Amino acid sequence: MYTLIDMVMIVLVLTNLILLGTSRLRTCIELIAIQGIALGVLPLLVHGESLGFEPIVFSAIIITLKGVVFPWVLVRALSQLNVRREVEPFVGYGVSLILGPLALASCLWIGSRLPLPGETVSTMSVPVGLFTMMAGLFLIVSRKKALTQVMGYLVLENGINAMGVAIAKEQPYLVELGILLDVFVAVFVMGIIIFHINREFDHIDTDQMSSLRS
Amino acid sequence: MIFALVLIPVIAAALAMLIRSDVLCRGVLVLTAAVHAGLTGWAWIARPEPVMKGWLAIDDLGLLFLSIVSLLFLTATIYAVGYLRNEHGGEQEDMEEGFLFNNAPEARFTGCLLMFLATMTLVTVSRHLGLLWVAVEATTLASAPLIYFHRHHRSLEATWKYLLICSVGIALALLGNFFLVVAASVPESGSVSLMLSDLIGLGEKMQTPWLKAAFLFLLVGYGTKMGLAPLHTWLPDAHSESPSVVSALLSGALLNCAFLGILRGHQICRAAGLEMFSRDLLILFGLISIGWAAVFILNQADYKRMLAYSSVEHMGILALGVGVGGGAIFGAMLHAVNHSLTKAMLFLVAGNILAAYKTKSTADVRGVVRALPISGVLWVAGFLAITGMPPFGIFMSKLTIIKAMLDQGRGWMTAGFLGMLAVIFVGMSATMLKMAQGRAPEMRLGEMKSEKIWSLVPPAILSVLILILGLYIPPVVSEVLGDVAKALGGE
Repeated sequence: MYTLIDMVMIVLVLTNLILLGTSRLRTCIELIAIQGIALGVLPLLVHGESLGFEPIVFSAIIITLKGVVFPWVLVRALSQLNVRREVEPFVGYGVSLILGPLALASCLWIGSRLPLPGETVSTMSVPVGLFTMMAGLFLIVSRKKALTQVMGYLVLENGINAMGVAIAKEQPYLVELGILLDVFVAVFVMGIIIFHINREFDHIDTDQMSSLRS
Repeated sequence: MIFALVLIPVIAAALAMLIRSDVLCRGVLVLTAAVHAGLTGWAWIARPEPVMKGWLAIDDLGLLFLSIVSLLFLTATIYAVGYLRNEHGGEQEDMEEGFLFNNAPEARFTGCLLMFLATMTLVTVSRHLGLLWVAVEATTLASAPLIYFHRHHRSLEATWKYLLICSVGIALALLGNFFLVVAASVPESGSVSLMLSDLIGLGEKMQTPWLKAAFLFLLVGYGTKMGLAPLHTWLPDAHSESPSVVSALLSGALLNCAFLGILRGHQICRAAGLEMFSRDLLILFGLISIGWAAVFILNQADYKRMLAYSSVEHMGILALGVGVGGGAIFGAMLHAVNHSLTKAMLFLVAGNILAAYKTKSTADVRGVVRALPISGVLWVAGFLAITGMPPFGIFMSKLTIIKAMLDQGRGWMTAGFLGMLAVIFVGMSATMLKMAQGRAPEMRLGEMKSEKIWSLVPPAILSVLILILGLYIPPVVSEVLGDVAKALGGE
């Protein structure tokens, strides 16, 4: 089971790296769907031998939301907009791709310095979770399109989720569902706001929304 | 009864979305606010039993913040009903740039307002930190559509900033929650839960490095929402672009709810013997916020933005008070009440001024006292109250905090604090008094309508309350404030 968990972690790392280097918004959405499905499998693997009813339902919910519903909302938003790719981000794709592995290395180092008490699910989960979070934050601050920023938020949330599954094995399902519901509504509301931004400004470049100053 | 507090607004919100008639919607809004306030009042007399295995319970701290939320919501509702009736119908002209825009459908506004009440109530009654997180994030989502009530590009920009910055901030608080779980995973603890009482019960057995990291993330996460500088960047935009009644609720009720999240973390740190760590961090963020606000309040060209920066300042004072500890905690809790009531009142009056003068620019507003006699007097009273002049409540609470600082021999910090308060006083008096005095521009005077009763009663009630709190704190209130202070390590 543990090798399978590590496989999931590797999927996360790879998708993060591709996300940093790609400009096509459609590809980004697909990558986020892959991340969502990988995260959805995690609860099954973590509960491994004693697989109860609850983890299966929970995992199904995650896969439905993160693997299908969120990407669907994003694709729908994309089809209403007149953008296909992220042009001229604040930080270029080449630089982003160099920064990615550097961030990964530093996350591995930090992870080795933060030993988890007791038996751990996977030694990879803390560094990979951190790296995913960093990738998400980086997408939010370095890209201009509002849609990419929402994706950054989702990647950030995925990172926290990956860490959470590993370190907080026994989170009450009520709380987990509440978190998922919040993220769901957040993506939904952000999608609506992006639609309005596009109608109001004829673009979704957040750097051009700058009429509000100190 | 706790279920009723949370669920009644949710049901009312669903009703408001379904009902076609705007008049009925407003009725539902007022009725819900009144029932909610009634239930909250009842909780002061008979403290309700915990429900859901103790996940939802009203402790002293929760009761204090719940009461602020409920009281402000009731007064804001009275204002909102009149406001919505005035805003009703068709396209409107933008006050600053002159283009035409529409409002969001009123039913959606009312529904979100009620959901906002429900989520804030849930924050105050949560005893489980996971649930608390869910509730705080839900407040963001319920209030974002409120900021985008006037559908134009500036409010859209403010809403986007609010939504994204707060969501990212609160996501970091979630990481703080997970770190808390790690900190609590010690052999003695058995199965780890995020129940506040369990975590406090673990005490010094918790793992300090993880707990420190957890508090840091909680502080940064909820601090973003609370408006602690330098994480406050969404706050001035959201407060200045949303309708005044929403600004009043954001500033008076929502920021406190986020502070509650930080206070829960502080309670755990205290129990684990990390009190000095969390207190020093709170002092640091508090002082930065007050200083930052002082810089931006000077020469502020937009009076709603100025009030927003003043909120950053007062959130800083709350953090500072709790950080200083001792008697200052009592002061900080009293300050939370005073600031909420005063700032809500000021935002409502600012709404009246905005409606009459049709500009948010401080330079273009003159002679409020003559043109709008009652609003003008309330504006000046609000200025005296918010800058901490006697006999208003904020004077008392600031004095308590300063006294505690001097008692602890923090001379330099006190001097710096007073210096920053002086700068803020100068900055606010320069703009707010100039607005009140003088002669209103003739062209504006012609178009102005007389002041509406609905726009005056809510701020008047609030100003009477802050005056009373400055002169006399009822024993019931001071008892609860004392208990809260004790729970946070004060005297």
